[in-house]
Amino acid sequence: MTAWRRLHGGVRTTRGLLSSRWATDQHTWLCGHLTLCQSLSTSSLLRNDFYKDLEAQLAAMRKKAADALPGSSWTPLEINPNLPPERADVVIVGGGVMGWSVAYWLKQRERVREGVKVVVVEKDLTYSQASTVLSAGGIRQQFSLPENIHLSLSSAEFMRNINEHLGVLNEDPVDLQFNHSGYLFLASEDVAHIMEENYNTQRYAGAKVSLLSPAQLKEKYPCVNTDGVALASYGLENEGWFDPWTLLNAFRRKAMSMGVIQCCGEVTDFKYTVNKVPTADGDHLDCRRIKSVKQVQMPNSREYQPVECAVVVNAAGAFSAKLTEKLGIGSGPKGSIAEFPLPVEPRKRYVYVVHCPDGPGLDCPFLIDYSGVYLRREGLGGNYITGASPEEAEEPDTSNLEVDHQFFEDKVWPRLAHRVPVFEKLKLTSAWAGFYDYNSLDQNGIIGVHPLISNMYFATGFSGHGLQQSPAVGRAVAELILDGDFKTLNLHGLGFRRILAQEPMLERNIV
Amino acid sequence: MFSAQFSLSIPSQSLHTCCQRSALLLVARGLGSSSSVSPLPLHRRFLLFLNQRFYDVEMLLSWRAHMKSRAIEKKNAYYGYTRKHYGPYIASAYYILNMKGGFRFAGQTDWFRANQRGKFSWDFLNHRDAVLEEVDMSYTVINYTGLDNLAGQKSLRTLSLRGCSQVDDWFLARLHMFQDSLEELDISHCPRITTGGLAALRNLKGLRRLDVSSLPRISSPGLVIILLEEMLPQCQITATGYDHSLRQDSEEEKVDFMQGQQ
Repeated sequence: MTAWRRLHGGVRTTRGLLSSRWATDQHTWLCGHLTLCQSLSTSSLLRNDFYKDLEAQLAAMRKKAADALPGSSWTPLEINPNLPPERADVVIVGGGVMGWSVAYWLKQRERVREGVKVVVVEKDLTYSQASTVLSAGGIRQQFSLPENIHLSLSSAEFMRNINEHLGVLNEDPVDLQFNHSGYLFLASEDVAHIMEENYNTQRYAGAKVSLLSPAQLKEKYPCVNTDGVALASYGLENEGWFDPWTLLNAFRRKAMSMGVIQCCGEVTDFKYTVNKVPTADGDHLDCRRIKSVKQVQMPNSREYQPVECAVVVNAAGAFSAKLTEKLGIGSGPKGSIAEFPLPVEPRKRYVYVVHCPDGPGLDCPFLIDYSGVYLRREGLGGNYITGASPEEAEEPDTSNLEVDHQFFEDKVWPRLAHRVPVFEKLKLTSAWAGFYDYNSLDQNGIIGVHPLISNMYFATGFSGHGLQQSPAVGRAVAELILDGDFKTLNLHGLGFRRILAQEPMLERNIV
Repeated sequence: MFSAQFSLSIPSQSLHTCCQRSALLLVARGLGSSSSVSPLPLHRRFLLFLNQRFYDVEMLLSWRAHMKSRAIEKKNAYYGYTRKHYGPYIASAYYILNMKGGFRFAGQTDWFRANQRGKFSWDFLNHRDAVLEEVDMSYTVINYTGLDNLAGQKSLRTLSLRGCSQVDDWFLARLHMFQDSLEELDISHCPRITTGGLAALRNLKGLRRLDVSSLPRISSPGLVIILLEEMLPQCQITATGYDHSLRQDSEEEKVDFMQGQQ
């Protein structure tokens, strides 16, 4: 008995054991007897108190006895209900829209009910710094890489049928608040030929895009100043913007209704094995295999729970490179594959909300100027969202999410007012900043398995268009995990090969 | 022996509690009907209760929803065979009649329509090269995929989608395929259309008449209609069925009521 007590005393620090609780119960009961003796001589009020106490004690005893019967889930060990399970098939690191999309598709594509046990780990359940909810929420097909166009097209199709995919029985249907206003890209003379090539690629891939001459542009959008514009391309269908928070919550609600386990915590370390694999030219490669994920339960607690798992999905967005560093990627010897770190880093981007009563109203497209400034409508009350990407040399500090208002004054407003002259009169009402998971190699997503970590799948580095591609990327990653290969879209081009070869697959941007 | 007893007792017990609960539900309904608190009818609440308790019921319900949507998809399937053998105009016409809609060929005055029971005459087969000018799809289940069958109608001038339950914002965004010809559009009484879809109507540059009456999901109809008029200046917009003076009326009523009390 004492041994048993010592054993569990170590595990359980805060509250007492079953046996010690029994002792206290008996103790109070005895005390109750004493009060009874006293109360007989004093008043009936105290006696009533005693019977009340007795009833409560008896009820507690009955409950405890029922708990202790075989078949109940009660244990003498105290268990934190938020702890993740000890074992899971797939652990998804990062509970943003990408992570939940992967979780949903894994459950959607599993063969038998409860066939795959999926855990999603998110460090901040309030999503106060998550890129998903801090983005501008646009979706477009006007890319130059066929992979991106296809990803975006199939995501648009997913959003069109969102209630068939993410509707939960007896819950409200999902309303994405999708605004169907196309993107309007403007090109200057020296990039007009790129726009034309992109247009052909987009039409070939099935996107509905139209080219506009400056005269047509003036006729269609009288508020846009066409000085310096040689060509414009406008998306007719499947483009616009939506509420990112709704999409994230819809994915989360559906995935959790299908049995995905959400847990709050931060992945701090991995337990992995290293295998020496001989290569053709006589060298050895260190191949890693993750055995379990260690995670800190809460930022203010030291409790942690290792989760044994078969597959880890890295959907940590801007911070996914930190995760691979823990596996020794990026610190390997010179000339080896492990030398290249994951080229994903956080970049801070500002979003400004301006009020302009004379603005274009419902007529406003998602305008992207060749100077890099974008503009879209927000609601119906004359508010607009605008912003721009800073120059490579002037990247802001990424340690916090503070907004640089000078950037708006210097870089955004002059260009915006030049392009749409009604915005000379405006009032900056609010602003926020969010992180891009910036792929410093080629600004495109990385989807696939790392060549040195045999069971870590990546869905990261989307550099600002992760939200709009998340439904299709989630499906692609789920196919990779469950079927071993891409089934619907061929995304081999977005894999790791290009990073190891240092061959960027650049988006031919006109911006 | 013990385990067998145990396993036997579980279903009987759950059945017992189930009966008890449903009896309670009946009682609750009796109480609720007098105070009119419960908005759902009894059979819906009973299904909801069963659904929360049994996976089978949940599966049956989702299966029913799935079959419903599949039936709609089937009705809106692409008429590829007809298109291949009879040409795009006949295929569109056949699709419209199958959906219990109506249409008028260009240069003719009489309409082709399906009757109440979905029967129609096959005379339209004689007009192989006639193009569709007016299409009336009101109160049908046309949806986004069904629009494929109307693609290629380059001279469609009038389209009525009154009260179509499957017409949503994505459908409106896809109407750009008629951008050169469409002049009249009726999307009144469509339960799924929101403001986000109305913004897509700007692609229809030739639009002369637009009916947006009684769209239940538009939150601030007064403002939206003003913005629509701004966006489509050459278009005449009809918007009835919105009670712009709702709040004022209720306040007046309240004042009347209070005066009556005094």
